Amino acid sequence: MAAARVLQRNLMVYRRTWRGSLFGSFMTPMLYLTAMGIGLGGLISKGGSTALGGYDYLHFLGPGILASTCMQTASFESTFPIMGKITWRRNYEAMLSTPLEVRDLLIGELAWIAFRTGTIAVVFLFVLTLFRIPTSPLALLAIPAAMLTGVSFSAPIIAFAATQRNDGGFAALFRFVINPLFLFSGTFFPVSRLPQAVEWVAAATPLYHGVALVRGVILDDPASLAGWPLHLAYLVVFFSACAWLAHRLLRRRLVK
Amino acid sequence: MTAVVRPTPAPSPISTAVARLLRSRRLVQRNLLVYRHTWMVIFSGFFEPLFYLIGIGYGLGTLIGRVPLSDGQLVTYAAFVAPALLAQSCMNGAISESIFNVFFKLNYNKTYDAILATPLGIAEIAVGEMLWSLIRSVLYAAAFMLVMLAMGLALSPWALLALPASVLVSAAFSAAGLAVTSYLRTVQDFDLPFGLVIMPMFLFSGTFFPISVYAQPIQLAMELTPLFHGVSLLRGLTTGSLGLPQLWDVGYLVAFGTLAMRLALRRLEERIIK
Repeated sequence: MAAARVLQRNLMVYRRTWRGSLFGSFMTPMLYLTAMGIGLGGLISKGGSTALGGYDYLHFLGPGILASTCMQTASFESTFPIMGKITWRRNYEAMLSTPLEVRDLLIGELAWIAFRTGTIAVVFLFVLTLFRIPTSPLALLAIPAAMLTGVSFSAPIIAFAATQRNDGGFAALFRFVINPLFLFSGTFFPVSRLPQAVEWVAAATPLYHGVALVRGVILDDPASLAGWPLHLAYLVVFFSACAWLAHRLLRRRLVK
Repeated sequence: MTAVVRPTPAPSPISTAVARLLRSRRLVQRNLLVYRHTWMVIFSGFFEPLFYLIGIGYGLGTLIGRVPLSDGQLVTYAAFVAPALLAQSCMNGAISESIFNVFFKLNYNKTYDAILATPLGIAEIAVGEMLWSLIRSVLYAAAFMLVMLAMGLALSPWALLALPASVLVSAAFSAAGLAVTSYLRTVQDFDLPFGLVIMPMFLFSGTFFPISVYAQPIQLAMELTPLFHGVSLLRGLTTGSLGLPQLWDVGYLVAFGTLAMRLALRRLEERIIK
């Protein structure tokens, strides 16, 4: 597997830079979890708690923050670092002068995203267990669900990065796509609290399905799990289509 | 015959200060010119508090009943959170210039080295950057105030004073950001102010829920942060629940901003002229 070499390279770099990811991938989400889950959770009314399916707010929020942290990390890793490898440091040019092909680069990067989001899920599960949130071994399935959520964001964003000449578009991507998804895809409150039209838009995004899967398996919650084949199918199809597109666009950018 | 060179009288300190203040506008002009090409960065920043207001204030707000203010007045959750997001816009606008951009100009682009070759000095650079980050954050604050007015989240006529109060909050954070930047050496150093100060302040200092949920010592710690006072002042003004605490907020912010500015001026001098 030639792609394993690309993953290996990222892992080697990460051995030196992992400290830098501690804040973004672990500290910040934990702060959100304690501030919102515990502090804000105290303000949730009786009616509100019914709307959360009877869970207290920390239980509802924990899995949601896990899934959206995977989205944020996967998205960040697919913007500036990929742009850097395409044009600033030209790592891909160097890699392509070896037996590696564009397909290997893409698979290697996606495997790297799966690794990053997988580790996030493991750490989160551990913390959530301290709060006694997961109820059954089913919660372990949150790891593959988180990885799938991660690559479902990575593939389209790598495709986007492959079309960009500089990093100007990324500010807009984070502000107008990633941040709104963080706030409106069921992480902080059920999307059913939104107007019908907005609810449909939210349901069309991969984070919504990722949150539903992760929340479903961690809480072993029948209501979230009811639609799991649909959520899974959506993510797999979305990811496959975007990976295909990313491959095409990367090839066009890198192979002259 | 040799000409007698008469020493020109030294200009008075006040006229020097005024001249410096006037000259620092050149730096503001420079930043405006640069942003003509990347206006998206500034423009998009306005939407962040708006998304939080809609998502957290209204979306999550549907799960929350009325929230008590410090004087017992009950308000909707959106009206509770909106002034906090206003304070946060001031902070964000100010520090994205005075921490992020100044850091790159100082350490990577070496912009200030080039500027020092002109009649501008360190004080003009520091004051110019503070003015510019103040302008950016006040733009955000003004836009967000309009949103609050349109959504009926300004509950009292005192809300008119929220705009000048935002200028005060923004100025305090512009100066503090500049002071912080003078201590940062590498990109990794950003984690410290952002991870340990700014993010926790954003989440915990009375922004999304009253600090009365904490134990006494944590409450006291939160009351030491500038964002707490920014939130408390702006919330008092937009809801009309005003009292002595808001006077103390103003005093705190003025003192904090002045100290931060003095520190920033001294430290930048050390950093730029090595």
